Amino acid sequence: MPRSETAIVRLSGVSKIYGATRALSDVDFACFAGEIHAILGENGAGKSTLMKLVSGVIRPTSGHIDVDGARTDLSSPADAMARGLICMFQELSLVPDLTVRENLMLGAPGRGLGRLDTAVVERAKSILSQIDGDAIRMKARVADLTLAERQQVEIAKALSRNPRLLILDEATSALNASVVEKVFRLIRARRDAGVGVLFISHRFHEIEALADRISIFRNGSHVETFDNGAYDYGAIISKMVGQRIDDLFPAKPDPVADAEEVISLNGFGWGDTLDDVSIVLRKGCITGLGGLDGQGQSEVLQGLFGLLKGTRGDCMMDGRKITVNHPRTAKSPKLGIALVPEDRKTEGLVLEQSIAHNMELAALGVEGIDAGDPAIYQPFLDALELKCDSLDQTVSELSGGNQQKVALTKWLSLGPRCMLLADPTRGIDVKTKTQIYALLRRLADSGVAILLLSTDYEELIHLCDDAHIFYSGRVVRRLSGADITAENIIAASLNMHETPAAAEGIAHA
Amino acid sequence: MRDLMRVNQRETIAFSVLLVLLVSYLATHPAGPTPYVMTIWANQCLILALAAIAQFFAVIVRGIDLSVGAIMALTNCIASYLVIGTGVEMTFGIIVVLAAGVGCGVLNGLLVVYGRIQPIVVTLATASVFVGLALLLRPTPGGQIDYDLADALTLDVLGVPTALIITVAVIGLIWVPLRRTGLGLGLYAVGSSQQAAFQSGMPVARIRLASFALGGLFAGLAGLYFSLVTTTGDAGIGPNFTLNSIAAVVLGGVALRGGVGTLTGAIAGAFILKTIGALMFFSGLPPLAQPFVEGLILAAAIAIGGADVLRVKNKLEVFGR
Repeated sequence: MPRSETAIVRLSGVSKIYGATRALSDVDFACFAGEIHAILGENGAGKSTLMKLVSGVIRPTSGHIDVDGARTDLSSPADAMARGLICMFQELSLVPDLTVRENLMLGAPGRGLGRLDTAVVERAKSILSQIDGDAIRMKARVADLTLAERQQVEIAKALSRNPRLLILDEATSALNASVVEKVFRLIRARRDAGVGVLFISHRFHEIEALADRISIFRNGSHVETFDNGAYDYGAIISKMVGQRIDDLFPAKPDPVADAEEVISLNGFGWGDTLDDVSIVLRKGCITGLGGLDGQGQSEVLQGLFGLLKGTRGDCMMDGRKITVNHPRTAKSPKLGIALVPEDRKTEGLVLEQSIAHNMELAALGVEGIDAGDPAIYQPFLDALELKCDSLDQTVSELSGGNQQKVALTKWLSLGPRCMLLADPTRGIDVKTKTQIYALLRRLADSGVAILLLSTDYEELIHLCDDAHIFYSGRVVRRLSGADITAENIIAASLNMHETPAAAEGIAHA
Repeated sequence: MRDLMRVNQRETIAFSVLLVLLVSYLATHPAGPTPYVMTIWANQCLILALAAIAQFFAVIVRGIDLSVGAIMALTNCIASYLVIGTGVEMTFGIIVVLAAGVGCGVLNGLLVVYGRIQPIVVTLATASVFVGLALLLRPTPGGQIDYDLADALTLDVLGVPTALIITVAVIGLIWVPLRRTGLGLGLYAVGSSQQAAFQSGMPVARIRLASFALGGLFAGLAGLYFSLVTTTGDAGIGPNFTLNSIAAVVLGGVALRGGVGTLTGAIAGAFILKTIGALMFFSGLPPLAQPFVEGLILAAAIAIGGADVLRVKNKLEVFGR
């Protein structure tokens, strides 16, 4: 891929210091037109800080930034946007109370506070139709959209602004493989038209498929930049973590024949969203829920945890019928169900409170557990290697991966019999992922029944004993053992009975 | 259509409640639905509606303005000196009155935005300052407003109360156009998620400042209209209007957490509140029981707006409201 000589953005000796933490130290980095440049690094490596600097959200403590070869002070996102540096943020930049249409118009360049630009809506609509977003209604409130739909809107919003440098920070984390492939097609077309792309993702196969060049960051420093393909999987991971991780996933033990049933759902349904879902959770087994986003998988977890009113079907535990109509019932020692929700920032944690207070929330009011006793949390914090200054630090100061560790510990401290997890590794770095995978495996080995909802099919393949693939509120296929393959999962997700040729391209070898 | 209903649900409820209250008011009023009765009613409603609009601009950007009544008192006292005399003199007077309102709003805005102090604290402090100035101007109620001007704006045109015409004009000439600008959209964006608005490239500080300035302008207009209705200046009118303006925006479906609600809703809320008061007056209830019943009606009206929470099937959605 030929690329221009002047960088669109060049950082020279840039450092960013927050209080006592060096988020970035002395970084030299450049991004050129016509290339897709992936940024890799674990939690706190400085990826998000880098993106925020380039998009004008924060300013460097020292060092300087050149845009098109000229020294620039990117004073605000508006300033960066005016120069064609458009960022799609990991923390969604959509306004929840406004409609999709209003969000698309919000801050459209060149209009300021004057009359709104409606041309941008048409452009965004045509982009949405190319990434399976036709069903998103322009007049729907963003708060009413699913996470995946919001990301689609974010992508359309960013692309409709005609970026010269497009910055994607975990832009596709909630999207399923077929939509991701369509998004990538759009991004490649922009690249070929001379747009520079900065891309952060924690899904290796996405970076492998998309990136021209890869830069690795570790502990706030720029480690190395190389062409995609120069190193293999293992070498890249070891550069990121500074030590070699041989296997992302723990070894999968042989399935236990006739493991004891913990919970069985029979003909479970809810409104129009879910119908006739039957799932059995067994002691020591990891059961997976897969499929496209919003096919009802999340509602299964919410229903089991007592968040839904008016559910149909039976829920049996230890052979007796149980009714769960409140999280308080679900978490009581008698049932011992725990849910680690999908959106850790809004549902999993109270961001403004300290780590210690957050962890106590689940245990409070549970009989026989002293929520104030730090000893009940410590084993899990150690196993997950939580990085923090002290447990009195507010959760909002932690990186995404460390936040998830707190959300997990909070529930693990109850010693649940049944653990429900909604995409626990979404937007999380590789090292934390391996820690979480290892922990899940250990939990299963200790006899906990685990229900894992995942948008990453590799998790279903490598962790789950059996997987239920959802389509339109029903389980369309049950896979177990060696049948859990990328081809089978994708085919079932799209509700196709044969393995389609198209899916081969998406499947990660 | 489904979305449209949903978006305007709170306003639809507010307008229905208002209609029911107005009909019962006119039915119980001894004089019946004459233009005179309507005019008195509409004038009282418009004063509070303008105050509620001032409050709306603070609340929509996730603030609150405890100085609405104080700005009204100050502008009312200024008007009682200046809005009299020749046409030129009155025009000058009105400009000074409104400029004072905007100035108060801008002062609030500067302290909130650049002083990084919470709106509730800032406006609590500035409210005292504004009332203090008003008391210096008018230690006791007095002064005078031009009667011809007052008559022109507080009576009726062909049987339609002028106050209602002004209300419609405010919606049609200010609110509808504002809603189609980046500023109008920005007010909601900032109130709903300041971070998202900032990352979308909106000038958050300027929008919040503009919002407080608009609030000041409408508080000034409320003070001016109060002057026209009462034709005197009184420094003591503030506290009542501040609290009622907050009640009015809540009644009109404006969320105190910001980002949700409309200016028309705030107006409807003000009209509802005043109509409840007027209904009490002619209801024949013992005067001492009236605040109690008024409170019950108020609580019931707000509860109607929140009733749809009972229909929610996913308990998590209750918290998103």
